[in-house]
Amino acid sequence: MTICNACRYCEGYCAVFPAMEQRRVFTKADLTYLANLCFDCRDCYYACQYAPPHEFGVNIPKLMSELRADTYREFTWPTILSGLFKHNAVAVTVITVASIILILALVLLFQGANVLFATHLGEATFYRVVPFAAMTVVPSLIALYGFAIFIISAVRFWRETGGTPLEMLDSAAFWRATKDAFGLAYMKGGGAGCNYPAESFSSTRMWCHHLVFYGFLLDFASTTIAAFYDHFLGWQAPYPYFSAPVVLGAVGGIGLMIGTVGLLYLKSQSDRTPADASMLKMDVAFLVLLFLTSFTGLVLLAFRETSAMGTLLVIHLGLVAGLFITAPYGKFAHVVYRYAALVRYAIEQRRI
Amino acid sequence: MTDSTAQCDVLVVGGGNAALCAAITARRAGASVLILETATKDFRGGNSRHTRDIRYMHRAATEFVTHAYGEEEFWQDLLGVTGGATDERLARLTIRESETLADWMAGNGVRWQKPLRGTLHLARSNLFMLGGGKAMINAYYHIAAQSGVEIRYETEVQELEIAGSEFVSALAARNGECERIRSKAIVLAAGGFEANIPWLKEYWGEAAENFIIRGTPNNQGRMLKELLRHGVKPVGDPRGCHAVALDARAPKFDGGIVTRLDSVPFGIVVNREGKRFYDEGEDFWPKRYAIWGKLIAEQPQQIAYSIIDSKALPHFMPSVFPPVEAASIPELATALAIEPRALGAVVDEFNRSVNGGGRFNPGALDDCRTRALEPPKSHWARPIEAPPFYGYPLRAGITFTYLGVTVDERAQVIMGDERPAKNIFAAGEMMAGNILGKGYLAGFGLTIGSVFGRIAGREAARCAGF
Repeated sequence: MTICNACRYCEGYCAVFPAMEQRRVFTKADLTYLANLCFDCRDCYYACQYAPPHEFGVNIPKLMSELRADTYREFTWPTILSGLFKHNAVAVTVITVASIILILALVLLFQGANVLFATHLGEATFYRVVPFAAMTVVPSLIALYGFAIFIISAVRFWRETGGTPLEMLDSAAFWRATKDAFGLAYMKGGGAGCNYPAESFSSTRMWCHHLVFYGFLLDFASTTIAAFYDHFLGWQAPYPYFSAPVVLGAVGGIGLMIGTVGLLYLKSQSDRTPADASMLKMDVAFLVLLFLTSFTGLVLLAFRETSAMGTLLVIHLGLVAGLFITAPYGKFAHVVYRYAALVRYAIEQRRI
Repeated sequence: MTDSTAQCDVLVVGGGNAALCAAITARRAGASVLILETATKDFRGGNSRHTRDIRYMHRAATEFVTHAYGEEEFWQDLLGVTGGATDERLARLTIRESETLADWMAGNGVRWQKPLRGTLHLARSNLFMLGGGKAMINAYYHIAAQSGVEIRYETEVQELEIAGSEFVSALAARNGECERIRSKAIVLAAGGFEANIPWLKEYWGEAAENFIIRGTPNNQGRMLKELLRHGVKPVGDPRGCHAVALDARAPKFDGGIVTRLDSVPFGIVVNREGKRFYDEGEDFWPKRYAIWGKLIAEQPQQIAYSIIDSKALPHFMPSVFPPVEAASIPELATALAIEPRALGAVVDEFNRSVNGGGRFNPGALDDCRTRALEPPKSHWARPIEAPPFYGYPLRAGITFTYLGVTVDERAQVIMGDERPAKNIFAAGEMMAGNILGKGYLAGFGLTIGSVFGRIAGREAARCAGF
């Protein structure tokens, strides 16, 4: 990066380079911060006169990916579980499959096979398979756990990269970071798009990511509205096809499916030289899980009035459980660090 | 050797900016175009891959340039650096034609960025490519391939067959296989000869062994030599080369921009005998860095050392190699292998002669000067006294050579009898000496290459019947 600092040709691509130029020597904390500012657009790699096979062998996207993988391991909690990042694909698969089996076993044990394979019609059919308490309390606990871990990680990251507690209340910086994050400002590579999957410029990756991100938000909104209906209005799932939770959930699910398939396809085509293998596996595990979750959600919607509903519900809930249990220990974590890095950047750039 | 029938309308020799501008233009005119690039795909683009900005004429400020830069001012700047070693007709043509470059380049996939930090002196006249020259070259190759230009890498032209003043065929080698390629017209945009050390030695003697070549090792000047052998009229001082002060630890080739060193005006420069040899603060560094290559090349063993103290460190861009650091001047001398007593004496003498009068200001000619010192230091002279002390070893770094072939306004090569060659065109570094016979203007090499690349492409296509 001393080379980047002496060259500076890439200054206009993203936030990493202007931030880099604020420093002459790079501490480990600086590197952590810079790595999480990097959106892996790879524009700098293809533009670099010093990229391999040049003897300087500058490969910023690869270095940054490796450092990000380190960040995820280092700032998570409890530290003993950081190993889950190392063998992420295996961990995600095992935990998810275990969740499905566990739910299946519980359903069989407490509800019986008849319930599982019966055709349920009318109201509150889901709860006939998985009781209301189990379907609300357990996910809430998992979500709260994940949220707590992310708060811990964010605070650790903030402290490590030299942030003060007071700065965490900087609303202007948060606003700018939110704008940058929601617009994926730095996947635009200064207007050119990403060099992704390979040498030529494209905005496909950004649009796929948008589909995944906003699809996820829609599904989140769907769940929230459903919870509201349930708790405050007393309407129990399943909801009609044209109700807000179903429409939002379906649109979000379709977005997620297209987005994840798109990103997986891009990854399969992508140039491996500027990539870090462990990060790539983490990405794939997360994307596959997101895809399966939204896919089974939609299938469940389609077949909810058939005898397959029980099985589909169990599989879908297992996947959701897997997704949220592994969230703090997988690629989901990038949301926390990227956002924190963007806030830090907003604060830092205002000073100069 | 296979005497194949490989043929095209326009053959382009070279793979840098000028070559690509010519190829794209000729292809758009309808000609079939073949590019022969010596480098591998990774290293394609010659010296253009190391560039970052282009000087162009413009009538108003834009998002990316801060003020207008008109023809007269451009011309005066050129006149200033060349001291008149320029062909006004071709120079004014280049300046006028440069006005359309910004749009043309953007139309071919080049993107701009705000002037880089630390380059404010160019913010008015020059456009900076987003990602630099390699990004620009990538864009051009993409467009060229898309529009149907055939590109062959690792293919070097060995010989040109020229009958009288008419190009007949080129002998191209690839993986040890030779092929004869015929075309109706040829554009030569294959750069200078700065990477050809034996050729440099003809003018510089053994000193050339210690030169660092900032750009591609492929600029061997083979095409230049071929044209001169066939009686084309040369232009420019054969001895002339753009030589700057570089960190001596730079790679022999392709070190590009990061090996340059901007510390000189903030300290003193000595040779290995510990003697100063030139005014380090004569003028702003961007106006002086290009004379230091020659100055260093004239020192014993072609090496010099920039000596600064800790006060100076924040005033210049960090370079890629860390400075050699020491707690005292004698220790620094030992670390750099300079005669310790000589360095101690010269630093003492320098410090004593610093006239504390002016107020140090790195952004202005501040008149912080030495008194009764030979050679003097005219600006930014401050005692070297605050440890730790730092030293950078310096060598001469060659950017390009000035020798080229004479061309006319149509980029047509002029023969020794002053008549234009029938179907031979030249662009870029090979003919830049017509316009830039001496000195340098930042970003002007790309201007000449782009303007004459387009002209050469257009005229070669016309010559081929399009």
